[in-house]
Amino acid sequence: MSGHDHGEDGVSRRKVLECMTWAGTGVLWTVTGGVPRSLGIIDSAQAATAATPGMTFLQISDSHVGFDKPANPNALGTLEEAINKINAMPVKPSFMIHTGDITHLSKAAEFDNADRIISQSKLDVHYVPGEHDFLDEEVKFYRERYGRGTKGQGWYSFDAGGVHFIGLVNVVDLKGGGLGNLGAEQLAWLEDDLRGKSKSTPVVLFAHIPLWTVYPEWGWGTEDGGRALESVKGFGSVTVLNGHIHQVMQKVEGNVTFHTARSTAFPQPAPGTAPSPGPMKVEDAKLRSMLGVASVNFKQNEQRLAIIDTPLQG
Amino acid sequence: MKTLNRRDFSIDLGLSLAAAILLPVTNARADDNLEVHIDNFVFQPPELKIKLGTTVTWTNRDDIPHTVVSAGKFRSKTLDTDDKFTFTFTNAGDYKYFCSLHPHMTGMIKVE
Repeated sequence: MSGHDHGEDGVSRRKVLECMTWAGTGVLWTVTGGVPRSLGIIDSAQAATAATPGMTFLQISDSHVGFDKPANPNALGTLEEAINKINAMPVKPSFMIHTGDITHLSKAAEFDNADRIISQSKLDVHYVPGEHDFLDEEVKFYRERYGRGTKGQGWYSFDAGGVHFIGLVNVVDLKGGGLGNLGAEQLAWLEDDLRGKSKSTPVVLFAHIPLWTVYPEWGWGTEDGGRALESVKGFGSVTVLNGHIHQVMQKVEGNVTFHTARSTAFPQPAPGTAPSPGPMKVEDAKLRSMLGVASVNFKQNEQRLAIIDTPLQG
Repeated sequence: MKTLNRRDFSIDLGLSLAAAILLPVTNARADDNLEVHIDNFVFQPPELKIKLGTTVTWTNRDDIPHTVVSAGKFRSKTLDTDDKFTFTFTNAGDYKYFCSLHPHMTGMIKVE
């Protein structure tokens, strides 16, 4: 099915709705190792509003503003393409989350440029930091811009559309030989934050490094991520959204759906397919098919949030 | 800040290069200065055995920044592509170190 089939050649409303329902609920985890690329972000937004109202929010990640190496000499440009794509959506999403590595080297100018482009979406943006956002000498640029009202190193929670969102920080105080790290203080806060919440409240956890172990050989996992997942045990619907690995990866375990988003800057290789997880240089024509954003739709009474990944092109 | 740091690095380098050239030949033994390269998220060589007083220079040859950190001993600034970090070992012992951004990257300097 292609999102462009809904043309002027008289597709029935019923047919369209079938399509939309499928777009809104069925795309994810049943497709192994891929996503239906023909389904654009625009189609998913239409599906979200036409089939059932629900709430749609966006995830962008790993914009690495300042990156200028061969894998993508203009990371700011591709971020702008992503924002333009978001702005072209006929229905405005409720807000956006950014799962870190906003900048490449935490320079003030990189943060300023990122903000100048991302603010063009005119959406509220909820950030969590990546390791590339804490590189300035005093580790203050990220905190000055996005740390207000957060706890500890920048974690926080908020509610939107009946969903409880929790932004976690797993890029600080990393130990030699280890993976991402949440730390005791943050885990205690998480327990506390969830205390008293009804188990029927859908929960979204978002953090930069995957909270589950994707590929420890490349550091793609979080040392104490399992403890965060313990905290949400018993909740009927848990969605974990991460970045860091610059590719879409997804799995479902019981009530927990795990998902990583594409970068808007450069792709990274699939686990173990290259000598290192560094930026992957692909043909220029192919680059935009490996960058993109994710749109997430939540409908009341649906256990799983529907996540649709959309590349910048293709 | 970063630009300044890079400049500091190159001044340091320039000075140490000049010093190396001016030093008497007898002092310029092969193991006075050793190199560790960062390639593909790996410290190469992963382990170095050196004599007291040896200076080690790490060079980041990846497209991604790295750091060189030995808890309580030394800590580089963030090294962008081709940036260097230099440390002179004046105490014997084993120095385990890692990249604080990619902690699965580890290395060891053994100073005799």
